[in-house]
Formats: sequence, C-alpha cells, structure tokens
Amino acid sequence: MIWQQLQSLAGSYPLALRGLGMTVMLSLVSLVLGTLIGFGLGILRTGGNRLISSVIGAWVDLIRGTPFLVQIFLIFFILPELGIELDAFTAGIIALTNLAACFICEIVVAGIRSVPTGQVEAALASGLSRWHRMRQVVLPQAMRIVLPPLVGQYVLLIKDSSVVSAIGLTDLTRVGWLVVQRVPNGLLVFFLVGLGYFIVCYPLIMLARRLEQRMGAAHGEVQL
Amino acid sequence: MLENFSLRTIVEYLPLFGQGLVTTVWLSVLSFAGALAVGIVLAAMNLQRGWLFRVPAKAYIDAVRATPLLAQLYFLYFGLPRLGIILPELVVGILALSLNSGAYVAEIIRAGILSIPRGQVEAGVASGMTYVQRMRLVILPQAFKVTIPPLLGQAIVLVKDSALLSLIAVAELTRAGQLLASDRFMPAEGFITIAAFYLLLYYGLKGLAALSGRWLGLAGART
Repeated sequence: MIWQQLQSLAGSYPLALRGLGMTVMLSLVSLVLGTLIGFGLGILRTGGNRLISSVIGAWVDLIRGTPFLVQIFLIFFILPELGIELDAFTAGIIALTNLAACFICEIVVAGIRSVPTGQVEAALASGLSRWHRMRQVVLPQAMRIVLPPLVGQYVLLIKDSSVVSAIGLTDLTRVGWLVVQRVPNGLLVFFLVGLGYFIVCYPLIMLARRLEQRMGAAHGEVQL
Repeated sequence: MLENFSLRTIVEYLPLFGQGLVTTVWLSVLSFAGALAVGIVLAAMNLQRGWLFRVPAKAYIDAVRATPLLAQLYFLYFGLPRLGIILPELVVGILALSLNSGAYVAEIIRAGILSIPRGQVEAGVASGMTYVQRMRLVILPQAFKVTIPPLLGQAIVLVKDSALLSLIAVAELTRAGQLLASDRFMPAEGFITIAAFYLLLYYGLKGLAALSGRWLGLAGART
C-alpha cells in the first residue's frame, strides 16, 4: 500500500518540480520588485513631505490590516471589473510585490529613523546634496537596523506565496493539493510540501539570526 | 466597471457578514488561547538547560516558522483523517492556528524572559529564593510587561491568518465574501466589505496594543 503510494508520488515529480519552480519564480520576482519599491516608499515617507508620507502611511496600514488572501481576491477579481485584464500569475505578482513593498517600507522607515540626527546635520553642514546625504550617510548606517528584519521579511514572502494557490496558480502548495486527490496520504504529501519550503526558508531564518547577532555585536551591544 | 456597485446587495447580505465576523472573532479568541498554551509549554521547554526538552521544542518552532501556514493547515486537514481522526473543519482550523501561532508566541515569551537582566536573577539567588520563587516573583512579573505588546501583534497576525480557513470551507468572514462573489457574481461587493470588517478588527487590536503600551509604561512600544 505505502509502496504503491510512494511509486505514485515518484511519478508526480515533474509536477512537483513545476510547482517548486512557480514558488521560486513568484517569490524571486516579487522579492526584487518589492525591495526596490519598498526602499523607494520608505525614503519618500521620511522625506519630509506631509501629504506624501501620510498617503503612504495610510496605504501601508490598509495592507497590514487586511488578510493577504483577501488582497489577492480583490486584485484578481476586481481589477478586471475596472477594465484591467490580468492572468493569475500577474495578479499573484502584483499582490505579493505590494505586500512586500509595504512591509519593507516600514522596515526602511524604522532604519532611517534610527540614524542620529547629528549625522544628517553634519552631512548638511558638509554641503552634501539630499541624494548624497541619503546614499552616503543615512542609508549605510540604516542598513544595520534594516538588514536582519529584511531577510526575515523574505521568509514571510516565500511563505505567503503559498496563498496564491487560492486563485489556481500551480505553486508548491497547489501541487500538494492536486497530488493528495490521487494519493490519499495527506501526512506524507504535505510533509514533502513542507520540506520543500523548509529547505528554502530555514537557511534564510538562520541568516537573519546571524545578521542580528553580528549587527548587534559590531556595535558593542551586549549579547544574551 | 464598478458603476453598478450595489450597496443594496451588501445590506441584504449583512446578516451573513455579521455571522462571519462573529465566527472569525470567536475562533480567533479560541485559537489565541490555544496558542498561548502551546507557547508557554514550548517556551518552558526551550529555556531548559538539558537538551531532552530543548531540542524538540527548537525543532518544532523552526519547522513551523520555515513552512507556510497553508501547508500546515492542509497537512492537518488531509492528514488527520489518515490517522483515523475525523474532526469538523472548524476544529481542524482552530488546531492549525493554535499550533502555528504557538511557535511564535513561544519565541515572544522566551525573548521576554531573556530580557530580564541577569542581576535580577542573581539578586533572587542571593536572597535565598528557590527557582520557582524567582520565576514567579521576580522574572515573570517583569517579563509579562514586555510581552504584552508583541503578543497583541501576534493576535493581529492570527486574525488575518484565520482568513485561510475559508479555503477548507469554514464559514468565517472571508467565506462570506466568497459566497457573495460566487452566488451573485459580485466580487467587488463581497471582498471590499470583508476587507472593511478586517480593518475594523485590525484598528481595534492596534489601538489596544498602543493603550497597553501606555498602561504598562513601556516607552516607544510599537506593534
């Protein structure tokens, strides 16, 4: 019985590979786009323009306050009603990128605010332009605060990509769901699905932990 | 286009949304209670010196944190019947949320306990307190304070995560939106309404977290 199931599972490995590829693709694209947009939003939000920063703040709150599943449904079912045709993959990318950008924006804001004002004033006194102040003074120091939670956010993003299976994208989780209809062993099938995510996410979790310790230690803070 | 956005249908379906909201609230409360129980046990195991308890607790926490909730939910939903355990979807959902959030709660509690300066423990030892007395009278009251805001943050995450239970047909808030979307082909009405309800819960909990930070006198407590 179990032997038959294992054989049947082995037979669905092309499907599993496709699912894994889809998960990696979704995560990677939205990770890169989300990081770029998130940094942009974070810099804009601390930029001093009240209107811009409150609009960004309100949008981030909307995204943080609703379940990701609901956001996906909103994008996938409502954008077409507004005349924007999109397939499930594009909808998934938009939803994941938006989610990542909002959370990364918050991380970047916290990082920028952690840089002492004296540093910015010194840069101003040295006659650095806005762009140079940000690039050469503020951001390098902010990265110490930003980097560990940023890596943590990537783990969340990879995990959240499983939710797009709800609109029918064949990612790793969806493959598990499909396979379990043929091979009625949910424990085994979803153990393997979990293992797939674990192999990608666990090293990132370890990296986030290491970074946290290193960033703390590099600045003479006490470690527990 | 959205020009025929129908407020009337939303009003018509309001009782359904209300039921969904109530279900989401109480299943979240139950799951959070479960998560606290799981978290306390895991944190206690994780803080032991000996490896016998520490290693399994760590392995569990890492396994939960490195895999998506949806995969965990399906693992229980499709896996438990295999072990001869047939439970209603709602119970499977609450179980999955408790077991998942429990791992995060355990880390919050552990961080809270470790945040107490060593000097406090040493003072307790010097005063001749036993381990239990030190825990109960010195460490836990102080740790309790710092864990409240992040625990409320986890509660927010849990409420949002509970939306995934709609995928195993639990009749909660998101499911109500899906019903409106599929019965009447009105996804905009359905999903915008439930998004508004979730925001209500979010701002409520967020306000509570801010208040608790002020009550407990924690400077700069943010969630």
